[in-house]
Amino acid sequence: MHIVLWICGVMLSIAGALAIIRLAKGPSILERVIATDVLLLIVSAALCIEMTVNRHIDNLIFVLLAAIVGFVGSVTVSRFVTDRRNA
Amino acid sequence: MWDTIIDVIAGTFMILGCMMSLAAGIGMLRFPDLLSRLHAATKPQVLGLLLLLSALALELRSWSVVPVLILAWLLQLLTAPISAHMVGRAGYRTRHLKRETLVTDELAAVVAAAGEREDHENVTKPSTDRTDFID
Amino acid sequence: MSQDQRLNDAKDEQGTPQHATLRQELPLLVGMMLVWGALWQDFAPGNLVFGLLISLLLVRVFRLPPVILSGRFNILRAIGFIGIFLWDVVRASFEVMYLAIFRGPRTTSAVVAVELRTESDLLVTFVGHVLTLVPGSYIVEVDRRTSTLYLHVLNVNSTQDAEKARAAVLKIEERLIRIMGTKEELAALATEKSSVSKEEG
Repeated sequence: MHIVLWICGVMLSIAGALAIIRLAKGPSILERVIATDVLLLIVSAALCIEMTVNRHIDNLIFVLLAAIVGFVGSVTVSRFVTDRRNA
Repeated sequence: MWDTIIDVIAGTFMILGCMMSLAAGIGMLRFPDLLSRLHAATKPQVLGLLLLLSALALELRSWSVVPVLILAWLLQLLTAPISAHMVGRAGYRTRHLKRETLVTDELAAVVAAAGEREDHENVTKPSTDRTDFID
Repeated sequence: MSQDQRLNDAKDEQGTPQHATLRQELPLLVGMMLVWGALWQDFAPGNLVFGLLISLLLVRVFRLPPVILSGRFNILRAIGFIGIFLWDVVRASFEVMYLAIFRGPRTTSAVVAVELRTESDLLVTFVGHVLTLVPGSYIVEVDRRTSTLYLHVLNVNSTQDAEKARAAVLKIEERLIRIMGTKEELAALATEKSSVSKEEG
């Protein structure tokens, strides 16, 4: 289990770093939004792994919250982008 | 004996789930334009979360958490396509795409026709069709 | 599509807004009740009844236009469909992973228009949802009047690939019609099949 934990940690760290690079590079706000979405999902993946290793489900609500925040965020921003164009 | 088998399965699921996150990260960086990057962002994650939640259920070895885990996954299933559609639509409309990566674009003609119709309807209105405002 | 549009569509000829009847809302109510049970991790009858009462209250307070169901639901085919769906999700996820790692910036894609057979909003939504979750495709735009979906499909290298993607979409629609389409749609599907087999034979 210890090895699995290390592998998962390394993979998630790399994934997070890649998402942050995209977040910094852009080039447009929409790209940043989906990068944030990916970052949130990586965080929820990390929460899931923590729950699995320590055998509890206390973090499940944070996983749900991350999904909702990502959803509301990306929908709001994409509405805003289209509205600016049509205004 | 059974404990070890379940642990091994859960471990495999965890590694695969993390691989999906990693794929999303790599895709975000390597795909050529916004519309392709969206694929990397939405799709592997759905499976990734399913695998991680199944690993969780396996490690807890309890059936009572399964409904709430399914609920968490269903929420993801419901919201992921909507946000993908909204971002994709906004991206297409504000032309955040590289034409050269598209083999065919059957929407372009429709959008052009709609735009022309709009132009005829309000000729006096100055064009607000700027696409470079948000970069 | 704005909410006003949906509410306008739900009006009848006289222009009085239509509300869903209890029968039409039954699947929604049962679903909400099960969510309540799952959240409490307690499926005892008392808890479920309380959940049902809360869902009834919510449905009464926040009125929505009715979702028109066809009245049929083939549960066996639905289970089969879930299996196929999960398999597709797994396959598509690995495909996207492969493309991200080995193809990267050279990946080409296409925007493909697919005209669906059905006219029901619910089915169009379902097809769109399944498509966005499954193989390298998602919806860029929907034309509701003609039930046309405009998809962005990943890894399309030629027009043949685009045709293949179109056929896959129609296949998914066919499966969904067989699960929950109306009788008319099923009949249309049957005539279409027989004409195709005559052409081939």
